Amino acid sequence: MPKDARYVGRTRKGVRAASGAVLALAATLLTGCGTDEGAAPTLTWYINPDAGGQAELAQQCTEASGGAYTIETSLLPNDAASQREQLARRLAAGDKSMDIMSLDPPNVPEYAEPGYLAPVPEDVAARTTEGVLEGALEGAKWKDKVVAVPFWANTQILWYRKSVAAAAGLDMTQPVTWDQVIDAAQSQDKYIGVQGARAESMTVWVNALVASAGGEIVENPDAPADELKLGLDSKAGKQAADVVSTIGKEGLGGPGLPTQTENTSMIQFQGDQGSFMVNYPFVWPATNASVEEGALPASLIDDIGWALYPAMNEGEDTAPPLGGINLGVGSNSQHPDLAFEAIECIVSPENQAQYFTTNGNPPSNEEAYEAPGIAETFPMAPTIRDSLELAVPRPQTPYYNEISTGIQQTWTPPSEVNPDTTPAESQKFIVEVLRGEKLL
Amino acid sequence: MSTSVEAVRDAPAKPAATRQPLSDRAKAERRLGFWLAGPAFIIMLAVTAYPILLALWESLFKYRLTAPADREFVGLGNYATILSDGLFWRDLGVTVLITIITVVIELILGFALALVMNSALKAVRGWLRTAILVPYGIITVVSAFAWFYAFDINSGYINSWFAWVPGIDSDLNWFADTWTALSVIMASEIWKTTPFISLLLLAGLAQVPGELTEAAEVDGATWWQRMSKVIIPNMKAAIMVAVLFRALDAFRIFDNVYIMTNGAYGTEVLSLLAYRTSITRLEIGMGSAVSVLLFICVIIICFIAIKLFKVDLSGARGGK
Repeated sequence: MPKDARYVGRTRKGVRAASGAVLALAATLLTGCGTDEGAAPTLTWYINPDAGGQAELAQQCTEASGGAYTIETSLLPNDAASQREQLARRLAAGDKSMDIMSLDPPNVPEYAEPGYLAPVPEDVAARTTEGVLEGALEGAKWKDKVVAVPFWANTQILWYRKSVAAAAGLDMTQPVTWDQVIDAAQSQDKYIGVQGARAESMTVWVNALVASAGGEIVENPDAPADELKLGLDSKAGKQAADVVSTIGKEGLGGPGLPTQTENTSMIQFQGDQGSFMVNYPFVWPATNASVEEGALPASLIDDIGWALYPAMNEGEDTAPPLGGINLGVGSNSQHPDLAFEAIECIVSPENQAQYFTTNGNPPSNEEAYEAPGIAETFPMAPTIRDSLELAVPRPQTPYYNEISTGIQQTWTPPSEVNPDTTPAESQKFIVEVLRGEKLL
Repeated sequence: MSTSVEAVRDAPAKPAATRQPLSDRAKAERRLGFWLAGPAFIIMLAVTAYPILLALWESLFKYRLTAPADREFVGLGNYATILSDGLFWRDLGVTVLITIITVVIELILGFALALVMNSALKAVRGWLRTAILVPYGIITVVSAFAWFYAFDINSGYINSWFAWVPGIDSDLNWFADTWTALSVIMASEIWKTTPFISLLLLAGLAQVPGELTEAAEVDGATWWQRMSKVIIPNMKAAIMVAVLFRALDAFRIFDNVYIMTNGAYGTEVLSLLAYRTSITRLEIGMGSAVSVLLFICVIIICFIAIKLFKVDLSGARGGK
């Protein structure tokens, strides 16, 4: 009995001590977490990696707010797929820190559909989409409604070596087709720079080819997964497969084609075997930097030309790939009004122009292309702007990831693509995955 | 009442003939043991049992993280989809192939290294062990990147260094073909983890009584006879531990494949399939089902290894 009493006594003392510790910890935490009355709220901006431009804009807009808010940046992972995964996990978990997010356009519907994005107020949408290039605006919409604010836009253009085009007798002042590019490279025994790796870049290429041929990968993008209708098994799909297959089978993409991404195709283009390449504008500052470092000959810069993305059929418009970043606000953000205010500051045409000249990412707003300094830094800016007018987004559906991965798995390596079977097999496979009947 | 409960609890541990009531000191020690081991046991439950049970539960649903409203109970439907899909069996085949080839080669190389370390002069023994262990000290992701950049067609030097070897030239894209890519993946795995096996085998080698090998030598046994009749049989427990640990490790291979090919061109393994389904596709239900199947495979490997070697590890610990 005395033993029990001692035990109970010890327990009570323990409980009291533990309660005291918990209260002390809670008090400390509450004091630490509390904000001073009237202090400016801090907005977290989840940014994708860049050359420091977004952090600089965050600083500028914090200062411009006159103390209304402070923007802090939080860095997302390097590649677009990992960025999507982290944002999706945080949004699904109801993270309240998702005040501003840098979003890749094809992922916007996946966040908008379950209501993870705060609605863009109509007046904000009206102001921030005024003068935005058509392709960039399409990538910020879901079910015909603006659900994110276009920030910067990206597109691929056709880069070419003037010497090779001249030797092949190709008139680059006129729009060119894929057949012409293939014939020119073949006649000069050079490599074409395309992205044939089993990666997101393959979907970008296939989407541009199908769209250029007048088709659509997804015909009803806002339908539920099991009702999505794909347009790969079509004349446009066959034409797209024909281009991929020819480049792959003829060895025109070089031996590195099955693992070639944007960066590796640029390196190949800069070498002796370079001829034509479809790629983003980052190629220009990257090549200039290599020339300045002495890693590449200075004559290379004069030999590089640019034009609109190749068309599929002569006399028809091209449909270049669209990339870039839109800004969204998480539906659990505690300061959505301030977040949209900050976004309006970030995406102002002046800031977009500054971001273009300092970080090389093209503006989504047409007005920004007229800013001073752009023409000197990016002589191809008018081509980029024209490309953005024609650009076609990748399928805007919440199931984009499944469709993209399905394309990557069935259209690689390029040398094994068969125009007669690949589009149909690819479509069947993706439909089965979307219905939950197959693994991906 | 409490005495009878304790007696029942003690029953399997002690033969009936020697059963005696526990002394106060023994009881106190036992209580102390529970207090000391209890927190670790609870933490183990929290970090292993809970996720496993949660994965089992989630695997019964069709559930996508970005479509929470569409969550639907499908019973064993996810398992039926996975087991009837060729992709799962292909990935399982690749995983098993990597496991068998790497473990066999590592075992042979590791044993040779263990013999070298065991018989090296005392003066160089420490340096030798350190040198052999260097690859194992490198973080797997770092070594995977090193191997990737060495073999990459753009940045790699292997093609130019080994151009004199038939089949290797500047146009060889190692990561564009199943067999060349798997060869690089397996080579990097073997390079990195052979030291681990050699260390385990060295410990086993050190436990073989010197009198036995000396007696065999005196009896005229050849080197091979001493090895196969004396040394290896006496190292069975160490070999089993080495094989089991490495087989489990190799079966769960992820980093090397993720960095070098990301599973492209027929190089996908089961853990990568689980990762892609759960994390990339955000299909929590299907991904959990793949993870559960992976877990079952790991248990089967443990079972096979213990049965195959017929080693009583509790005996080795002096439990009996």
